[in-house]
Amino acid sequence: MIISVASGKGGTGKTTIAVNLALSLKNVQFLDCDVEEPNVHIFLKPRIEEKSKAFIPVPHVDKNKCTFCGKCRQVCEYNAIAVLPKSSTNTGNVLIFPELCHGCGACSILCPQQAISEVNREIGMIETGEKDGIGFTHGRLNIGEAMSPPLIRQVKKYIDPSKTVIIDAPPGTSCPVITAVKGSDFCVLVTEPTPFGLNDLVLTVEVLRKLNIPFGVVINRCDLGNNKMEEYCVSENINILMRLPFKKEIAMAYSNGCPIVEIFPQYKETFMEVFNKINHMVAGIQEKQ
Amino acid sequence: MPARGMTTLNKEKNMLICITSQGETKESQVDPRFGRCAYFVFFDTKNGSFEAVKNPNIEATGGAGPQSAQLIASKGAKKVLTGNVGQNAMSALTAAGIEIVTGVAGTVKEAIDKNK
Repeated sequence: MIISVASGKGGTGKTTIAVNLALSLKNVQFLDCDVEEPNVHIFLKPRIEEKSKAFIPVPHVDKNKCTFCGKCRQVCEYNAIAVLPKSSTNTGNVLIFPELCHGCGACSILCPQQAISEVNREIGMIETGEKDGIGFTHGRLNIGEAMSPPLIRQVKKYIDPSKTVIIDAPPGTSCPVITAVKGSDFCVLVTEPTPFGLNDLVLTVEVLRKLNIPFGVVINRCDLGNNKMEEYCVSENINILMRLPFKKEIAMAYSNGCPIVEIFPQYKETFMEVFNKINHMVAGIQEKQ
Repeated sequence: MPARGMTTLNKEKNMLICITSQGETKESQVDPRFGRCAYFVFFDTKNGSFEAVKNPNIEATGGAGPQSAQLIASKGAKKVLTGNVGQNAMSALTAAGIEIVTGVAGTVKEAIDKNK
């Protein structure tokens, strides 16, 4: 089973929930897909055993073969190619903008002259390791690099289907989040009872409904803010998996890179209950189908 | 007759100039953005003809600059008057042999009069 942990708003406690869930279960693999700011390793403290560079293929045009037909430019969804056809004042030119390229390969496959080959561009690093039986993989996107979805997809290639896989997703509702949660059996949405938390939860719920991924909500710092979050979940028939109260001890432990279940071991049971609820919901959905 | 190189190219008396504009008329303000300007206005210094083209790249997720450069190159413009041009658009415009004039402000008409 693949469980992703996401939230529209940043700083609601995705990583906290994901890490503590992982530490409360058995036979777990953890993927930190928040490749722009991976921080799970700070809490899980895995021993990194393997490092590899991550690349995406970007086009390279053989200008002797190119007829400047413009096919590559047409099929490029991300405007990473400019073709300036021959004219009275121009000999014809093709420009590649590698930092815009998502590495889909359409241009090289569809070039009628087979003038396009692919060259690797480094976008980041993938590190794998383990901690007390928990398999760990994360991606680190290079600084200044914007192309996180290809790296997230490469991190997800490490998924071990024989395990309970926990994916820590990046915040937000755009491409990186969708890439991270796609293919999950369930998504845990971590939120907080504030106007910002609610606004961004509503957006994330829309995304997950579109992706057809079952989900439930964890309300972090549930004793702060207002009651609008609970009201929204009831009105939308959304399961609340867990309510985690604000505790200074948790915040202090977090600042020291210490997971909740290490200072309050009784929370393991709470997280196991969350997992049982998820199992129930997923089983229920599978039965219906 | 001396060979006509790149330097003489844009000093031609008769050519198509592109102005990035916030509207469709000569009274519209110059749009300070190149790639994501509202309209491209084309002015032919030979016959005074004037055409406004809505920019299809305004909502591009990325690469609006080079796309806009290709658009105005395909129209045959030899010179562009705008506020500012990004790095990628600059490469594409330069590769297309289009002269770039930045820091242009005021109305489209004023821009044309100053740069004819």
